[in-house]
Amino acid sequence: MLQGVTIFSSKNNSVSPVQTLSGAALEKMNSLSVADAVRFFSGVQLKDYGGLGGLKTLNVRSMGTNHVGVFYDGIQLGNAQNGTVDLGRFSLDNIEQIDLYNAQKGAILQPAKGFSAASSIYLQSRRPAFNEGETTHGKVAVKTGSFGMFNPSVRLEQKITNTLSAVISSEWLHGNGRYKFRYTNGTYDTTAVRENAGIDATRVEGGLYGQFKDSSSWHAKVYYYNSTRGLPGAIVSNKFYNGQHQWDRNLFVQTSYNKKFGKRYTMLLNAKYMYDYVRYLDTSIITDYGPLMNRYRQHEYYISSANQYKLTSFWDVALSADFQLNEMTAVNLDHFAIPTRYTTLAAAATQLHLGQVEMQANLLATIINEKTKLYSSGHDYSALRPTVLVSWQPFGQEDLKLRAFYKSIFRMPTFNDMYYSTVGNPDLKPEHTRQYNAGIGYTRNSKGFLQFFSLQTDVYYSHVKDKIVAAPGRNFQWMMQNIGGVDIYGVDASVQLSPRLLDKVQTDFSVKYTYQKALDVTDPQEVNYKDQIAYVPVHSGSFIAHASWNKWDINYSFIYVGERYFLNTNVPLYYLEPWYTSDLSVSTSFLYKHKLIKLTGELNNVFNQYYDVVINYPMPGRYYRLTASINF
Amino acid sequence: MSCRSLLLLLSAAIVGLSACRKGNGIIPGEETQVGEPDTLRNGFYLLNEGNMGMNLSTLDYYDRSTGVYKSNIYSQINPGATKELGDVGNDIGIYGSKLYAVINMSDKVDVLDAHSAKRIGQISIRNCRYVTFYKGKAYVSSYAATIGDASAGAGYIAEVDTATLQILRTVTVGRQPEEMAIVGDKLYIANSGGYSPPRYERTVSVVDMNTFKEIKRIDVAINLHRLKADKYGDVYVTSRGDYYNIHSKLYVIDTQKDIVKDSFNLAASNLAIAGDSAYVYSAEWSYITNKNTVSYAIINVKDEKKVTDNFITDGIDKEIKTPYGIAIDPENGDIYVTDAKNYLLPGTLYCFSKAGKKRWSVTAGNIPAHFAFIPR
Repeated sequence: MLQGVTIFSSKNNSVSPVQTLSGAALEKMNSLSVADAVRFFSGVQLKDYGGLGGLKTLNVRSMGTNHVGVFYDGIQLGNAQNGTVDLGRFSLDNIEQIDLYNAQKGAILQPAKGFSAASSIYLQSRRPAFNEGETTHGKVAVKTGSFGMFNPSVRLEQKITNTLSAVISSEWLHGNGRYKFRYTNGTYDTTAVRENAGIDATRVEGGLYGQFKDSSSWHAKVYYYNSTRGLPGAIVSNKFYNGQHQWDRNLFVQTSYNKKFGKRYTMLLNAKYMYDYVRYLDTSIITDYGPLMNRYRQHEYYISSANQYKLTSFWDVALSADFQLNEMTAVNLDHFAIPTRYTTLAAAATQLHLGQVEMQANLLATIINEKTKLYSSGHDYSALRPTVLVSWQPFGQEDLKLRAFYKSIFRMPTFNDMYYSTVGNPDLKPEHTRQYNAGIGYTRNSKGFLQFFSLQTDVYYSHVKDKIVAAPGRNFQWMMQNIGGVDIYGVDASVQLSPRLLDKVQTDFSVKYTYQKALDVTDPQEVNYKDQIAYVPVHSGSFIAHASWNKWDINYSFIYVGERYFLNTNVPLYYLEPWYTSDLSVSTSFLYKHKLIKLTGELNNVFNQYYDVVINYPMPGRYYRLTASINF
Repeated sequence: MSCRSLLLLLSAAIVGLSACRKGNGIIPGEETQVGEPDTLRNGFYLLNEGNMGMNLSTLDYYDRSTGVYKSNIYSQINPGATKELGDVGNDIGIYGSKLYAVINMSDKVDVLDAHSAKRIGQISIRNCRYVTFYKGKAYVSSYAATIGDASAGAGYIAEVDTATLQILRTVTVGRQPEEMAIVGDKLYIANSGGYSPPRYERTVSVVDMNTFKEIKRIDVAINLHRLKADKYGDVYVTSRGDYYNIHSKLYVIDTQKDIVKDSFNLAASNLAIAGDSAYVYSAEWSYITNKNTVSYAIINVKDEKKVTDNFITDGIDKEIKTPYGIAIDPENGDIYVTDAKNYLLPGTLYCFSKAGKKRWSVTAGNIPAHFAFIPR
């Protein structure tokens, strides 16, 4: 019997729409980082500045990157300075599973933070797993390829006692980041090499996992990331080189404890400390002390308690409370206020299973207290926001589910939004989103020709209010203001099949399609009223085909992103043409002296298409990657 | 439908998509009939700055002989120019038969034929800002400084031969020099010091054009920007203030004595001088209404008195969201004001009669800003 891989593992039983990439499928995705992998999800746009070190952030359903909560092993990865997480920094080397939820994870036992974003992406690091009698094992891998990339990694898992195990994972990413790019208008045709795009990054991660007899579990982890990279900048007329450089250090320690008391009560405790350091150097700006250099430091402290109580066999209630403190300092930034933000979150949630109907609802209370050491501070803010998720399985055992949700939530202005020199505006209010979603999911497993079939479709309307945008403010200087409005109408659809086309060959296919009208409704008097907003294609999609035979795997992935505009006005001057890339990978595994060896070869952007995701930030043409790993 | 045919359909769809990429190509400009044909006078160019990093600077042309306004003419006339005009068009000037477009973030001054807008060449100057002309040479201000410079980030003025487009000499001035003007045989340069807030510069540099040496610095106010000369030997210079507590203001320098002789309590953002009139628009932010109050003033430069607070007399000033560029037609005194809107939308160019009544308006490029009138 062949083992089904199913590219996007189906979790049809979830109340909220979810897309998952995990295990073997994730390994075969031609992806170096989490950012590469999430491009294949529907309903998302990945903002990618290109190359090994280029910033890569995720925008779900056009509401904006700041509305996406990114969780690492269940605890949110925050950045109070800019509110975004660079998914390009999370290599897949240590990731076991990626889940993207619209609205929120369909569970009521979770930290209050879990209810606080418009959509959430959960990254699950690899947990140690041992075969019978095994106490130590590990993996060493090396990746190399275009961009002068050299990426060795090592992972070691150790069983300490029957209830406690440890894992250490580390990698080094080095590359000059150089690649060819090409710009042409039909008359001029210029090919050049991306410069100042090198990166050196080290990640060290250690974890302890305890699984105790009383069915409680405990886990603690330390994560450290240190990088230095060139920022190659925009390619503009007569200037193909930029001299900016950035150094990052990120350290966090987090721990989680889960325990069930009796048959009814479950408790989940979480805590985290995070330190973030960024040093930025711009040699093209010479100030009175020399080249412009900024240093930013952030501290984050977080505790959370979540509690679930089973009232009856069909009714659960939960209560969670989180507290977080964020601090930030900046060097060489004029008029920086040195802010501290206290975030208190409390969520009351309930879950009902009424036969074929499942319902979850929660109310989230947010209290923000903000103070600054200098100048004016932001205003305190408090709000109560609801979410309701419902699903209905009309035909008994048949896995056909109708689902719907409503969610109202907001994101706080970031420290940059509020305090970044003249651009920052401490009077900013939060940016609100309201989402309405209705969907259908159908999954079927069978032993016949079509071993697996899944269809997921969601239609949605979202509204973004008081959108924080930079606009002419004080004396017509750029200033962050709550003036934007966006109406989003969308359809996310996906089909997955695993047909048995040939005997002994497992084949899987996935097609995803996204339709999005994301319309600027800021000002009815303006010429761009109801124009598509920047960087959101109306049509986009992905196609993945995967076949495995014996010890061989072949994977083909295709992404299509339709035409876009790089500003919120749909005029020819602001037009960006569609792009589509094809990636191919072949991998095999074999035993050598009882050790499992895996080899993968990838050819990406096979047809060597030159394109920009972000205007004037060229993406690489055709490039390759080779991976070898040995398990011991 | 069987699986096989579904797959076939998919492959067909993928091949079909290839047809969707029509290429960015040359983006054609738009032509709009805005005024009456006037074959007696020449037209003008309008340089749109374009947002930084977007390589979105474009050149528009008003063809007065036909009354047609043509937007984005550069890329059609010069399709061979790699990545078009460039990033952030900061100033434009015509001298002799050539047009000089200072493209700040593209580190170049693009030199075009003033009549055909055909590209002649370029002058590479890092972080170039403004251009002015004197005795057959172009003078370009630049923010660029060398690391470890003893003068701590000082910028310079480059002297360019307008025939060969070669840089002949440079003179070091204050930090981040902006606009310049020639009075007699002296060059006045507004120094901003904008790279090191709150330690702004507060001087105007004076360069003797005979020796091409900085001879003095006149203390004026912090963060100077625009600088224009009138015909009475005075120089008008704006201070941007610090955007917080120190407001922007307009100062007058007497170039005989090289001292500040007068100032106007006017939050001047930009100005244009024609004859005896300085047209100044100013924006003052009110912390009470959280809005800018804009005034469009005229100052009589002969007796240095404010004549009016609103040279736009037909109420159109209410339509202008973000006034940006300003120019006076050298021949008939028409007033041109651009609206940069939210800096992201295509802007608008307004033409007003001398009496302040709107003649016409037209959609321009992104951040329409700088004018160059073709001399007769």
